[in-house]
Amino acid sequence: MEIFYPYIFMGILLVTWLTSVPVMVLVERKVSGWLQYRVGPTRVGPWGLLQPIADALKFLSKEDVVPHHVNKWLYIFAPALMVFPAFFVIGVIPVGILTLGGKEILVQIGHTNIGILYVLAVSSLVVYSITFSAWASNNKYSLLGGLRSAAQMMSYELPMGLSILGTIMLVGSLRLEDIVNFQMNSAWGIVWQPLGALIFIVTAFAETNRLPFDLAEAEAELVGGYHTEYSSMKFAMFFLGEYCNMLTASVMITLLFLGGWNVPFVQGMNLEPLTQQVIQIAGLALKVVFLMFFFVWVRWTLPRFRYDQLMNFGWKTLIPLALANVVITAIVMAIVS
Amino acid sequence: MAVSVKNITVPRGKNWVDNTYIIPVIKGLIITLRHMFKKPIVLYYPENKKVLPPNYRGLHMLTRDEQGREKCVACEMCSTACPADCIRIVANDSGDVWKDNFENREKHPIVFEIDELRCIFCGMCVEACPEDAIDMTDMHNLADYTRQDFIYDKERLLGVYDEYIKRHPDHAKRRDGEFKAMKNSSYFSVVSVENAKKPGGH
Repeated sequence: MEIFYPYIFMGILLVTWLTSVPVMVLVERKVSGWLQYRVGPTRVGPWGLLQPIADALKFLSKEDVVPHHVNKWLYIFAPALMVFPAFFVIGVIPVGILTLGGKEILVQIGHTNIGILYVLAVSSLVVYSITFSAWASNNKYSLLGGLRSAAQMMSYELPMGLSILGTIMLVGSLRLEDIVNFQMNSAWGIVWQPLGALIFIVTAFAETNRLPFDLAEAEAELVGGYHTEYSSMKFAMFFLGEYCNMLTASVMITLLFLGGWNVPFVQGMNLEPLTQQVIQIAGLALKVVFLMFFFVWVRWTLPRFRYDQLMNFGWKTLIPLALANVVITAIVMAIVS
Repeated sequence: MAVSVKNITVPRGKNWVDNTYIIPVIKGLIITLRHMFKKPIVLYYPENKKVLPPNYRGLHMLTRDEQGREKCVACEMCSTACPADCIRIVANDSGDVWKDNFENREKHPIVFEIDELRCIFCGMCVEACPEDAIDMTDMHNLADYTRQDFIYDKERLLGVYDEYIKRHPDHAKRRDGEFKAMKNSSYFSVVSVENAKKPGGH
């Protein structure tokens, strides 16, 4: 039986990730509306609940245009490459522990020693999708958007990697479940590494191309961005990938800095192990939902960066800060031990 | 030509805490969060409509008197006053149409056309009219298929009156006290809730 668990988890996690995309689209539109004194979508279904389905149907029924001037193979390959890392990254993300048949089982598809490295490596493949789509579109605006975006994502991967180095040094493991266990036994990562958490959250916004770092898409100066030439489901694939990446980023922030599936005080309540574990998984989901809301919230609060400001901020502020964080963590650890 | 150079200093915060932008960003987040819980100002349009003030300048109408006869005497004051020159009137001797020749009317229009696409809705025609024969309604969502359809002829303008007076039977009275009415009608807040579908609620 135990050998099937990864497959069951794979199914559950994949379905969770895929279904959360329409929910996130609805939440984004609703929250955007509320923040602007509007009400958001209300017409399709009760409270606008069926709006994402209507959107998806619209995308599916649109004409799938492949312009004659594009590099056809890359053009078709790029949207697929956007979705691929978004789903591939689920493989090593643990979401909780369940006691099944008297055994504690980690809800995770693949148990690997280099969890974080894997997540960083796979999620950074998104930059290829953007570059390919920009190049294949054979359109100067798309290319400019793609170049900008590629430079942005590469610049922000550095501080992202450096910001979690402090946590890794503290825990002494690259396994995500070890990091969560460490936080459960002491305090949340944001207490240990406030600067690291801040830098990681900021770079997560940049990596997922969300505002205030949404320079990949610019209606004003680039017509649209790397996806200008795309239509129908190919365009929707970019959306799907973007929202999946947002979800992954939220889960990563939760696992690394918000205690993962740790719910305060629930361990001292003497509950059944399974009940306690379900509560913990629900706690993780709640934290992720809050972070999703946070993404939308920040979107309507901060104005976007100018391109040179973005680069200055990434290279001259975030990287030195992340490096300083690593050094300070190392010194403190050396003194304490 | 000399190029004028303007030196812009980057605005800085009061102290180093402000310059990290962390506290200002949190303040900004709190402000946007507060806005989230305020009442939405939108309304569900086709179901709910804003009540427009009585002196709203929308689509024109040609009014009728108590006996249902058109009031217009084809004096062409309105077309003279019109800055957009969108009113076309062809007058005729009224004797042959109204045998009783009511109120000593000498003329009446056989053609009265307003090009609503040319009209700038300034209301000068209403001001100019000595008989209160032309007036403006609160209808503003005009839509048609051709430009020709926007040239409203006499019958159509009288029809607008018939339709309008059904909704506002007290129109003439409201016009008289229009400034008073305007003060009392809370223009910026009143929303009619026919088929009540309430905006907001989250």
